[in-house]
Amino acid sequence: MAQSPATENSGLMAQAVKEALVAAAISFGLFVLYVGIETYQDINNALVWRTRWGLLAIFVVIAAVSRFVVVGFIKPHLDKRKRDKAKAGIPEVSDGKTFFQRNFLKLALVGLLIYPPLSVMLAGTQGSLKYVDNFGIQILIYVMLAWGLNIVVGLAGLLDLGYVAFYAVGAYSYALLSQQFGLSFWVLLPLSGILAAFWGIILGFPVLRLRGDYLAIVTLAFGEIIRLVLINWTDVTRGTFGISGIPKASFFGIWSFDVGADNNFTKAWGLSMSSAYYKIFLFYLILALCMLTAYVTIKLRRMPIGRAWEALREDEIACRSLGINTVTTKLTAFAIGAMIGGFAGAFFATRQGFVSPESFVFLESAVILAIVVLGGMGSLTGIAIAAIVMVGGTEVLREMEFLKHVFGPDFTPELYRMLLFGLAMVVVMVFKPRGFVGSREPTAFLKERKAVSGSFTKEGHG
Amino acid sequence: MSGEPLLKVEGVQTFYGNIRALDGVDVHVNRGEIVSLIGANGAGKSTLMMTICGSPQARHGSIIFDGEDITQQPTHLIARRRIAQSPEGRRIFPRMTVYENLQMGAGLDNLKYFDEDVEKIFTLFPRLKERQSQRGGTLSGGEQQMLSIGRALMSRPKLLLLDEPSLGLAPLIVKGIFEAIKKLNEEEGLTVFLVEQNAFAALRLSHRAYVMVNGKVTMAGTGRELLTNPEVRAAYLEGGRH
Repeated sequence: MAQSPATENSGLMAQAVKEALVAAAISFGLFVLYVGIETYQDINNALVWRTRWGLLAIFVVIAAVSRFVVVGFIKPHLDKRKRDKAKAGIPEVSDGKTFFQRNFLKLALVGLLIYPPLSVMLAGTQGSLKYVDNFGIQILIYVMLAWGLNIVVGLAGLLDLGYVAFYAVGAYSYALLSQQFGLSFWVLLPLSGILAAFWGIILGFPVLRLRGDYLAIVTLAFGEIIRLVLINWTDVTRGTFGISGIPKASFFGIWSFDVGADNNFTKAWGLSMSSAYYKIFLFYLILALCMLTAYVTIKLRRMPIGRAWEALREDEIACRSLGINTVTTKLTAFAIGAMIGGFAGAFFATRQGFVSPESFVFLESAVILAIVVLGGMGSLTGIAIAAIVMVGGTEVLREMEFLKHVFGPDFTPELYRMLLFGLAMVVVMVFKPRGFVGSREPTAFLKERKAVSGSFTKEGHG
Repeated sequence: MSGEPLLKVEGVQTFYGNIRALDGVDVHVNRGEIVSLIGANGAGKSTLMMTICGSPQARHGSIIFDGEDITQQPTHLIARRRIAQSPEGRRIFPRMTVYENLQMGAGLDNLKYFDEDVEKIFTLFPRLKERQSQRGGTLSGGEQQMLSIGRALMSRPKLLLLDEPSLGLAPLIVKGIFEAIKKLNEEEGLTVFLVEQNAFAALRLSHRAYVMVNGKVTMAGTGRELLTNPEVRAAYLEGGRH
């Protein structure tokens, strides 16, 4: 280490340039076929191809410059900070929390409650549709689904790749029963949940002995079976055409949101006709459903069944030797997880007014599972944040008109959402391998909580 | 020590697939006794322990606990009859705190005694009290063993099964754990059935003991008798001079 700072710095720059060139070469190799060449149909309906060297160059330059910045500036800076910290001996965990950290959940809830009126105020009645519907409701549906899957995967440790099946059961239960029997949303919401829970138990029985990878494969197949049944059982489900004209939910039967109805909400309140009010109602509805899910999860975790789930995730053999019935424990986890999926499904059906098997493909299960894993298995807050980042992020991409100026008018940002989705997952898993909120909150304490700092627990004595 | 034994294992045969792991084992444990089972690796000691707990279940023979046949019962129901097990490899819940681990041990039936019982465990193993809000997985091996025994005791067992409590622990820690077992037995009259490779320590602690070879019990006697038995000394106590 006798080098002078200047030579050390130039060595660093040389390495940064070298790594930038390597990154450029790799990204060129990766993107040359995907981005550099485009196929399209000409006037004669023949498939021809053209090159997009400009766009490819932008991709390669971005990769090279980012690598250069990371190696040349960001990494030395981070290393230096780590070294300084180690020298100063600052403990990793500090007890002092800011006001924001302490009241994060309350602030978040208040923020969600005033979100619809705020967006109406800022964007006007029609303009608020986008923010309330595309962002608010869409994200909250995924939050609810992920919280439901969290019970199965995060708490009970049963890897379920077919969760979307229960979502589908809930959605079709509502769609079919409301159309065939004219039952209202408020009757069918619990019924959809019960039907989905029933299917959860049906799935649970054959997979009782399975764990890990084997369980994942069977649940994956189960998800596909439900989807294929929906496609092929055309007499009932109308196959790929789907079911349209699903009735809207009413305000507990007091006000309707159907345009022709006498007790229409906007008429009753003397407001101008707009679907925005229905969307705002739906926003509060899904928010309430999410809160119910969170409440149930938090309560259950403190009850014997919740603790049994967590113990089951940790060690199944130890569970049995402590007198826990692993069969009922697993089945309740599947049933309650599925029930929440069913609620979300019924809500989805009434919000869309249309359901088809297209909405329940494996990708949906994968996205929900990705949200649970990214958020940190078992942590409600972490999962909510992950849902906002993942679902909100892809919605934001639709809004990025300015990217067209960078990449040319043909550039459609939402086509890249899966690429970014994958990128985000890799980044999170590299920097936070246990998800956004990786630590587990204990549920039981002797008399009062005793804070044990992270630096203390790393050492084991004896 | 009169009357019927608390645990009576008769002619038990256990199979893993087609392989016979236990070949007609007869063992009994009286109330208030410490009984140990010693033997070499692969003799079937742990299999017997697991068979008593119903996983795997015995194919032939019978296991009577407290006057009732538990041979064909599922594991969790056997556990609820107050047979507590500290399994081989300890099997504590690593992501749960020490306190939560103990809570899991109490089950539903004993929650009313919970505070009292936790205090008792903390008096027996003061180390656990210091570590109560720490995650189980961050404990040292000895502390994990204490937690495993403590968790088993939380169910107020009639019979405590211990599978290799000394596994992978330093001699001083082993001594502490064996002293705790002795204290439980003397002060509370707890019945203990112990599987051990550390034959010397186990025989000194036990009232009676069994020696197991290839899935069969080949010798039985009081701890003192077996300690002085030349065959046992040669095979298990003096560094394996077979």
